[in-house]
Amino acid sequence: MSAVEKAGAWVLALLWIAPLAYAAWAAVHPAALATHFDPFAPLTLANFRKAWSFAPFARQFLNTTMLVTMILAAQLVLCTLAGFAFARFDFAGREIAFGLVLVQLMVMPEVLIVENYRTMARLGLVDTIVGIGLPYMASAFGIFLLRQTFKTIPRELEEAARVEGCSMLGVLWRVYVPLARPTYLAYALVSVSYHWNNFLWPLIITNSVNTRPLTVGLAIFGAPESGVDWAVISAGTLMAVAPLLAAFLLFQRQFMQSFMQAGIK
Amino acid sequence: MKHVHGWLLLAPAALLLVAFTHYPAAATLYDSFFSTGTVVRPRHFVGLGNYAALAQDPIFWKVLGNNVAFALGTIPTSIALALLMAVWVNGRLPARALVRMSYFTPTILPMIAVANLWLFFYTPQIGLLDKLTSVFGAGSHNWLGDPHTVMACLAVMTVWKEAGFFMIFYLAALQSLPPELEEAAKIEGSSRWYFFRRVTFPLLMPTTLFVLVNATINSFKLVDHLFILTKGGPDNASNLLLYYIYQVAFSFFDTAYAATLTVVLLALLAALAIVQFVLVEKRVHYR
Repeated sequence: MSAVEKAGAWVLALLWIAPLAYAAWAAVHPAALATHFDPFAPLTLANFRKAWSFAPFARQFLNTTMLVTMILAAQLVLCTLAGFAFARFDFAGREIAFGLVLVQLMVMPEVLIVENYRTMARLGLVDTIVGIGLPYMASAFGIFLLRQTFKTIPRELEEAARVEGCSMLGVLWRVYVPLARPTYLAYALVSVSYHWNNFLWPLIITNSVNTRPLTVGLAIFGAPESGVDWAVISAGTLMAVAPLLAAFLLFQRQFMQSFMQAGIK
Repeated sequence: MKHVHGWLLLAPAALLLVAFTHYPAAATLYDSFFSTGTVVRPRHFVGLGNYAALAQDPIFWKVLGNNVAFALGTIPTSIALALLMAVWVNGRLPARALVRMSYFTPTILPMIAVANLWLFFYTPQIGLLDKLTSVFGAGSHNWLGDPHTVMACLAVMTVWKEAGFFMIFYLAALQSLPPELEEAAKIEGSSRWYFFRRVTFPLLMPTTLFVLVNATINSFKLVDHLFILTKGGPDNASNLLLYYIYQVAFSFFDTAYAATLTVVLLALLAALAIVQFVLVEKRVHYR
């Protein structure tokens, strides 16, 4: 690689990290100095404190955490069962059922906002965290991923376990689930990132502080009408993305691999 | 027994999938043939009336045009940059891990946070962009308030957000190419650019097609930033189909028309799914 290319790669990298670096710069300086690049400007955490008190961040962190945990737990159970069914049971209508499952890869619940809102209203789940999570709990991507993984597991292992007296669910729990651990990890990363960042459906279905996740709170907080200054918005935005960002920095390779699997399907 | 067990295992997931994917899709289609009910006028069958209204709706056509412009403005640039990033990160580059991290980081940020950060760049007078242009003597400009510049602003931001995501697909593809190819090219004395143009790029074609289709599908679902940056304005200059559906349903409360618009979106996504399927089939034969 030539020197020009190396320089190009670095310049592009600097350019790519600049918006985030700039937000970090603004967040730790007094608002008046946020737009002046003085390396000796005094540092402050006041913006973080202000952001924390301006918006119910603590509650929103709790809501988002509950939301992603609940969705992931339900997804792991439902997708494991369905993936196992598709991988190992030759039941009537399997191919058609699988095709119907795959429809969800294209038609995510946020495309059908009008009807799904109606359904939630009928179920009395508007403005609840269950209401945000329910449409995502059966995930076509998860089912697909686990089906593929379970199919690669040799049948001899299952038969051996059966001989030892394992039941059907026992085989699933003792043989299939442990061997699919990398798939579970990859899927969990994608699911948590997706729902930590998801916005449109939570916006529609929530209307109170007790249910709003971070992204929806951030939209209210960051809207120009809120009159909050730029330094505080930067601080608030960084707080909201910090957990995911930290996880990414720690497990970069794993994240990239999981995202890639999610893309390829 | 296998039938019962299979369906029992599938049942919980199937129930939720039907409730939140298949049923609402069917109900949306059904609703599109009815009027929106009001207190004085209950809803009634209007046949293709909503579709006729849609064909006459200048905002619908504008929004659809915007979607095409948004796709054309973001996808080729993101793909080209992604490929460049992947080639660089795949080569012998000092501090390679840092560079790769920098490229990929925007991918894991929520679009809402991205919009919050970029809003400041585009703010007139105090924003970074205005400061930059004022160095060259240009006056203040309302970047997001001007119909001529708003889409370009949103496109730049989206390219920043997406390029790193597409990069990882190219990176994986590059790593699966046999190293002998490059060695052979070196012995032959061909330049890096020639090798890229005649060998690497053609071999990456399946990846390019794959990314292209996925990016197009994505471009129809990407609307979160509009809530912060423009609300679809000025005068619908930056409005996109899914955001328009949201407005029609939850601001104008015209659910029947929102259903009609949703049918159009579903049809577009279905068409793209077929394209994807055909491409995947082709790829299988090709290998």
